[in-house]
Amino acid sequence: MKVLVAVKRVIDANVKVRVKADGTGVETQNVKMSMNPFCEIATEEAVRLKEAGKVTEIVAVSLGNAQCAETIRTALAMGADRGVHVQTDVELQPLAVAKLLKAVIDKEQPGLVIVGKQAIDDDSNQTGQMLSALLGWPQATFASKLVLNDNSTATVTREVDGGLETVEVKTPFVMTTDLRLNEPRYASLPNIMKAKKKPIDALTPEQLGVDPTPRLKTLKVTEPPKRSAGIKVKSVAELVDKLKNEAKVI
Amino acid sequence: MSILVLAEHDNASLKSATLHAVTAAQKIGGDIHILVAGAGAQGAADAAAKVAGVAKVLLADDAIYGHALAENVAKLIVSLAPSYSHILSAATVNGKNILPRASALLDVQQISEISEVNSPDTFTRPTYAGNALTTVQSADKIKVITVRATAFDAVAETGGSAAVEKIASAGDAGLSKFLGQEVQKTERPELTSARIVVSGGRGMQSGDNFKMLEEVADKLGAAVGASRAAVDAGFVPNDYQVGQTGKIVAPDLYVAVGISGAIQHLAGMKDSKVIVAINKDEDAPIFQVADYGLVADLFQAVPELAKELSK
Repeated sequence: MKVLVAVKRVIDANVKVRVKADGTGVETQNVKMSMNPFCEIATEEAVRLKEAGKVTEIVAVSLGNAQCAETIRTALAMGADRGVHVQTDVELQPLAVAKLLKAVIDKEQPGLVIVGKQAIDDDSNQTGQMLSALLGWPQATFASKLVLNDNSTATVTREVDGGLETVEVKTPFVMTTDLRLNEPRYASLPNIMKAKKKPIDALTPEQLGVDPTPRLKTLKVTEPPKRSAGIKVKSVAELVDKLKNEAKVI
Repeated sequence: MSILVLAEHDNASLKSATLHAVTAAQKIGGDIHILVAGAGAQGAADAAAKVAGVAKVLLADDAIYGHALAENVAKLIVSLAPSYSHILSAATVNGKNILPRASALLDVQQISEISEVNSPDTFTRPTYAGNALTTVQSADKIKVITVRATAFDAVAETGGSAAVEKIASAGDAGLSKFLGQEVQKTERPELTSARIVVSGGRGMQSGDNFKMLEEVADKLGAAVGASRAAVDAGFVPNDYQVGQTGKIVAPDLYVAVGISGAIQHLAGMKDSKVIVAINKDEDAPIFQVADYGLVADLFQAVPELAKELSK
């Protein structure tokens, strides 16, 4: 079976994000970029399936500007076999991403698509659900465990509000990853070198017949109100006294 | 304008998250209908009918809706969508699972986790783990929106007397099947609606040590939460996680114990009214947002706190 993973290039999780003074977005100049952490989990899961002999090929797809090729290289260094880069400088919103991925999937015909549940930049948590809707496939979101039963079904454990839920889905399906699915590996130096030789196909939205124009217009981006530090208390007794008599919350 | 609000419920009763979504709907303005899709969900529908400001309750009662499978509920929403200008849900796990599917089927770009309604087509939402607030305007014919419950007060649970209209099932999509669940049984309040939350982090060192926090929580009538580090380490189950990609909470009092305060954790709790931090590292970032900070070894401070609260 072939697996397709989608990987997004985002501001690194450890960077303190700053809003631009003109309110048009956030600073991305000279800021460290990385693969979205949930996409790393998606790639790792695909590689583990291949190592377990359940999967024959892993295709890593990224959408966006020229630098997204680096993110694909990271996936290739982790163990993906080849890349597809849909190149565009247009701001991509989840519905457009889902449409572009669907167009790639129509060509590639994978049996399983794994994407992150959320990108840590726009925090939308939509793409996997939208993609499965457009494909008419089942969705197994917020996955913490995947078992491929046979060629026709899979059992997925999902992280839900009250704990865990298990669903059975028909293949092909879209899975979105939650944090406990696995712990992604670091690519080894030899694998990083090997990844440089793996092929990446370049496509454009026009070639895929998708109009990626954003539907939502960003009017402004502002900084949230700052919360300032309060006081340090010296003892537990003082803390309880403050909570009772000053803050009046207990 | 008519607004459809997808109910979060457990068939027998309505979850409070729905009440916050109704408030967001009121800010948009228009007739508010609540959709209860469930199995044996008359109880939840009756509760929804009593919610203040609700004009009508739609009840789709069918076994296929019993576990809120996204494939089936999204199909139902799409069949109802032409009558509505807005479709809302609280940003619960169900809301996040179902609404984007419906949105894509309607060819609409969903707006996730709004924290403010600026006008019927313009909304503000936190992005970058709450480090930026982005205001967006939608030109889509129907607006599909998930609502960050902590950003909107709950509407009154009673006072309304809407009619409950039974609607037909939209049928089984036949794509997925619910097999089972592991739900934590607890007498404590739900994390996302508790008035007080006591959370532990990596500093707790083990799951056993969370018993100390539970003791404090029980004295305060609080829910117990955790940082991602504590969940990843296996100290507590996944549904305890507070943060950017876990649960968003904004209680009257949030007590962070042994939590350093990574940006991703702060994203889930910084709108709490009063924040207390107990940490032995006085440079921990959590102290920068805490109203009351106690630099102390939690293994002394937490038992002492339990004792002090018993006085």
